[in-house]
Amino acid sequence: MSDARKASPVPLHQQLPLVFERSRPGRRASQPPTPAEFDAAAVLGAENLRKEAPRLPEVSELDLVRHYTQLAHRQMSIDANIYPLGSCTMKYNPKVNEEAAKLFQDLHPYQAPETVQGALELLYNLQHDLGAITGMDAVSLQPAAGAHGELAGILMIRAYHRSRGEGEQRRVVLVPDGAHGTNPATAAMAGYDVVEVPTGPDGEVDLEAFKARLNDRVAAVMLTNPNTLGLFERRILEIKEAAHAVGAQLYYDGANLNAIVGRVRPGDMGFDVVHLNLHKTFTTPHGGGGPGTGPVGVKAHLAKFLPAPIVERRQDGQFFLQSDIPQSIGRMRSFYGNFGNLVRAYTYIRALGLEGLREVSGYAVLNANYLRARFKELGFTVPFDRVNMHEFVAQPPTGLRTLDIAKAQLDYGMHPATVYFPLIVKEALMVEPTETESLEALDNYVDTLAEILERSVSDPDYLAGAPYNTPVRRLDEVRAARQPVLKYDFAGN
Amino acid sequence: MKTPEELRYATSHEWVRREDEAVTVGITDFAQDQLGDVVFVELPESGRHVAKGDQVAVVESVKTASDIYAPVTGIITDVNGALETTPELINDQPYAAGWLFRIELENDSELNDLLDADAYQKSASEES
Amino acid sequence: MRYIPHTPADVERALAKIGAPSIDALFADLPEALRDPGIDLPQGMDEASLLEHLQELAAKNVASGPNFLGGGARRHFTPSVTAHLAMQSEFVTAYTPYQPEVAQGLLQATFEYQTIMAELTGLPVSNASMYDGASTVAEAVLLTIRQTGRDRVLVSRGVHPETRAVIATYLTALDAELEIVDLDPHTTRTPDVGDDVACFVAQQPNYLGYLEDMAGLTSAAHAGGALMVAAVDPLSLAVLAAPGEYGADIAAGDGQTLGNPVNFGGPAFGFMVVGESLIRQFPGRLVGETVDVDGKRAFVLTLQAREQHIRRSKAKSNICSNHQLTAVMAAINVSALGPQGLRDLALGSVANAHALAAALVAAGYAPEVGRRYFNEFVLPVKQDPALLRSALAAHGVHAGVAAPAEYGFGHAIVLSATESTRPADIAKLIAALNACGEGPGSAQGQEEAVAHV
Repeated sequence: MSDARKASPVPLHQQLPLVFERSRPGRRASQPPTPAEFDAAAVLGAENLRKEAPRLPEVSELDLVRHYTQLAHRQMSIDANIYPLGSCTMKYNPKVNEEAAKLFQDLHPYQAPETVQGALELLYNLQHDLGAITGMDAVSLQPAAGAHGELAGILMIRAYHRSRGEGEQRRVVLVPDGAHGTNPATAAMAGYDVVEVPTGPDGEVDLEAFKARLNDRVAAVMLTNPNTLGLFERRILEIKEAAHAVGAQLYYDGANLNAIVGRVRPGDMGFDVVHLNLHKTFTTPHGGGGPGTGPVGVKAHLAKFLPAPIVERRQDGQFFLQSDIPQSIGRMRSFYGNFGNLVRAYTYIRALGLEGLREVSGYAVLNANYLRARFKELGFTVPFDRVNMHEFVAQPPTGLRTLDIAKAQLDYGMHPATVYFPLIVKEALMVEPTETESLEALDNYVDTLAEILERSVSDPDYLAGAPYNTPVRRLDEVRAARQPVLKYDFAGN
Repeated sequence: MKTPEELRYATSHEWVRREDEAVTVGITDFAQDQLGDVVFVELPESGRHVAKGDQVAVVESVKTASDIYAPVTGIITDVNGALETTPELINDQPYAAGWLFRIELENDSELNDLLDADAYQKSASEES
Repeated sequence: MRYIPHTPADVERALAKIGAPSIDALFADLPEALRDPGIDLPQGMDEASLLEHLQELAAKNVASGPNFLGGGARRHFTPSVTAHLAMQSEFVTAYTPYQPEVAQGLLQATFEYQTIMAELTGLPVSNASMYDGASTVAEAVLLTIRQTGRDRVLVSRGVHPETRAVIATYLTALDAELEIVDLDPHTTRTPDVGDDVACFVAQQPNYLGYLEDMAGLTSAAHAGGALMVAAVDPLSLAVLAAPGEYGADIAAGDGQTLGNPVNFGGPAFGFMVVGESLIRQFPGRLVGETVDVDGKRAFVLTLQAREQHIRRSKAKSNICSNHQLTAVMAAINVSALGPQGLRDLALGSVANAHALAAALVAAGYAPEVGRRYFNEFVLPVKQDPALLRSALAAHGVHAGVAAPAEYGFGHAIVLSATESTRPADIAKLIAALNACGEGPGSAQGQEEAVAHV
């Protein structure tokens, strides 16, 4: 089996203590400036002081370094492992982005505009670049994540309909049954009733069913294109015509932009609002689940509803934060967005330029189609088998469970695909290799899968027991949910 | 999968047992098997009036959550509080200790709209 | 620059396997008329030119100099070890721990984070972090509406204006009413809380820096059956009463002060910690402890049936990704500082803020220091705060977060100190204020004040 395991620098089978269990009274890893002596109770009021001291870790600096280094060793990541998680675009995150972000990290958000002209110029340029890439007229960089951008987008659509006196009438948002869970959740959070649109036999929105649900009560149609099956919605222009004919707005979930970046633009397809996930297409780190960043772009008729502030440029060339947007939906968060990530995304866009971005989608789609062909050779079924875009959805050979195969892959130091999504395909594996993986890496991934399938035949119990050599093995998730333990028990009982 | 003959069933996988003027409602053996280990149950409030087809409860497993609908119209008279601490009763005894709630029937004839054991088995097997 | 490994031979091999003539042929599904529009983007750059461009942009900023800016973000001392450990590539380039067997690093670090936040706030259940503080407080408000079934929300004017703005945005789509509770003028007036009120939100220390009677405000909220949301600066909790100690139901806020760079406003992270009774309505990811098949302790995402990927339109929130890395960075920083170090930062900030106020008084200024304050306080000024801020910047000092007109102090700024504020910094600020015409009896200041009214 895998040699990679033997090469592990630390014995990962040891149970790692919690940082609280390493704690010894009086140890510390850092010495901040010692404050002047004063009577806190007199200055702050005894009634305002806490009575019980928080039980925080007390460790030496080396203890701390060992602790978090050993934790890092128990963590798969793009930098160490192939990670073809569908819909998540786990591509390489260039190191130059990190250097760029450091150049700006000490700027305070409330500094005088004269002292942050470079930061504002960067934001201004990025607003332009993202508008150009998506084909939208105006951009706000404020939302803190993709789902946050979705909320901003749907609230703008709501404001638009209200401004036309149609706020009460339009109560429905249409969402395909294969959509990311955030789409219906966002629509519900913005006060809308969600109506699902079924997927047709070709894996695309069922146009007749879609039209049957369209009427003047529909506020918005939320689409991902390519969709969550990795297929481009070929009838997008008909969908657009139909949606706009009843006065509905078309919303683009940018989660899958990596498939088409530099080639076609949501704005040209007729979308009125788009959100982008900068941690997907534009290589800001995923960070174990965030911080993401979810800028929104809109067509001109929606620009007056954008969340404030927006960076604008005065006649004299000075940049400033425009907060005076009278019909704005308001603020989505504090300050101006996840600036550190905006710097990273800008660095990436300017590194690649237009031609480089167009190559991104080309090679992402090439890799995904190559992998689809090789998965089929192994006996996987591809339910909607045609040229796909940046990802594809497959089902394991008969009799095998997706979960078991995924767990077996972990022993080989490979991250599985997204499993059990989209919900419309049983036992789904959603595979997105991205453009930054080499063909050898993809071949290795497939060869390992082949080995797993062979072992499942020669040793029928093998799959159900996998993984065997990960830091921990399959977990009792039922226990975690029935008797939730959500923090360390200091009493030790 | 067990489908006791004396019960009536909804296609959305609730079972109904007639007891004088009230009915007891739970989820079927098939449904609990599809859900897997139940970890939490959200029960309706006693005294609430529900219409047939209303969503009244939620049964959660680790990776999914399933809405439970009122199979008949009436007032909720009782809920199975034991499920709050031992939701696994739904897995262990779906037709007995794992019951969810009782409804005081408003309209006897609604029971005729429900399926018998054979029809439910047929309906469920088409789904799996 | 490109990050694509394919050689021409690779492309040929891949296309042969697929059975396609070219890469462009794979895009046949795209509407032909829309393909390859003119996209207005510059040419790509090599790494040296790219860094030069970014350094040129960075050179147009000034981060150095004495800094008295607060208002929800502050530059506190952070030990070098924090960023080194947080920015390990295994943490930086992982994603949501959907496969817990190979994600114990971040899962355990998050479990430790949850414990730290529970300890600081004195409440039992912390989620794995949200977005920023303002949107997290807004999510807390939505939670109270779901929990109570009530539709009025009381928010103290002492809550950061941007946080109040975000709450308003989040409430637009609901049939809920937002009511602002005034200050007196430094701290919040005790409101009458009716039985239609879902929650009362107050901030400690408040936006102006003053200490609220959180116990009293909490009692007022509870008297009306409303939930109490304490918007707090987590660093202050090394010293100040924990929300759990005064009976708050939810503690929420921005975690930047626990050891994230200010980053021109983001990313840091929002935290939310609640009482046990609110778990079912809790938004966001939660990490729980369990065991693996061999009985070994392990950590896993739990209670996921609340979340959007399972509940879709019935989820408690649409939140998907949180701010995991910056939250872990805070946990590392708190562990590096320990309880004593965290207390030193908090008390050092308090001591220096009071030294700053004393120096201002000695120089003839009239800061609003008749009420207890923590690390920030109001200084009435003669000029429009935005203009004063620029004028001070021209003298090399960062100061001038506005106390907007709604607070009733006329032209006024909020000054903030940290443990790192030095006497020389304070002297520079006062000299700069004097030079900008803010000194006692300065005619220039008076003229400017008139000019901009």
